[in-house]
Amino acid sequence: MRRIVSILLLIIVALGISLSLAKIPFGAPKTKVGRHYIDEGIRETGAANIVTSVVVNYRGFDTLGEVTVLFIAAIGLGAVLTASGGEKKRKTEPASLVLYTGCRLLFPLILVFGTYIFIHGHLTPGGGFQGGAIIASGFLLIYLGCRERRISRTASNLAESLGGLTFVVIGLLGLVFGGYFLLNFLPKGTANTLFSAGIIPIIYVAIGFKVGSELASIIDNLIEES
Amino acid sequence: MIFIVSFLVVLMLVGAVAASIFRDLISAVIAAAMVSLIASILFYFLQAPDVAMAEAAIGAALTAAIFIIAIRRTKRYEE
Repeated sequence: MRRIVSILLLIIVALGISLSLAKIPFGAPKTKVGRHYIDEGIRETGAANIVTSVVVNYRGFDTLGEVTVLFIAAIGLGAVLTASGGEKKRKTEPASLVLYTGCRLLFPLILVFGTYIFIHGHLTPGGGFQGGAIIASGFLLIYLGCRERRISRTASNLAESLGGLTFVVIGLLGLVFGGYFLLNFLPKGTANTLFSAGIIPIIYVAIGFKVGSELASIIDNLIEES
Repeated sequence: MIFIVSFLVVLMLVGAVAASIFRDLISAVIAAAMVSLIASILFYFLQAPDVAMAEAAIGAALTAAIFIIAIRRTKRYEE
């Protein structure tokens, strides 16, 4: 009896949800702002990739918040891990020759690919977050394959701080030159060329360095402590 | 095209269910990484290459690596 009642209740709930969802026109443009970005995005920002023009230019402040969240997460992880245990060196077995050579061959290629993705963020799909994540996966490969090689903490901290600082300083320069934060104050240039879109490539390179070094230092902390 | 997409969606569902019922946690992490990888392929089919890249790099590679490092520190099998 209870089972039948619960099945009936489930059917009623499912019917209600599906009937109300069927009323919503999915994919139909509800707001005018999306149309505006598609039509005017290239002219207003100079970036051929509309996603990038939204992420870095129209919604640049949200991106700054997103980067800050990642930064706080990395700091928290580092603080928790270093507080729980001291530095201890564990003897690790050296990797086999095939793995070692493969890692050393692949690592520079992955670095170049990640750098390409964040430098061309305003022209092709991708950008600072994606390029940074690819670079961090290259560092993961190095940590797994060549355990004795380590990136220096100072270099990664420097890259991270410089990336964040560049983002904020460029935003403040927009405030100085034009009156509001993250204004695209540099010349836009012609779309579809590497040196175009004003501050967008600079910010994306900064984000690429920041995200890459942050994710790499998260992995470094975790592997070091375990 | 529709057959490829439906095959991928079914595979994704299988991976998601497998990740929740596996007792071996490393297998569960790999099943979850498979879900992320298929999600990134589907994002690419939906013409969102930016999201696809982030999902492939973070969801499939880095998250799985962090989970595996955590499992190495704790227990491999769920009781």
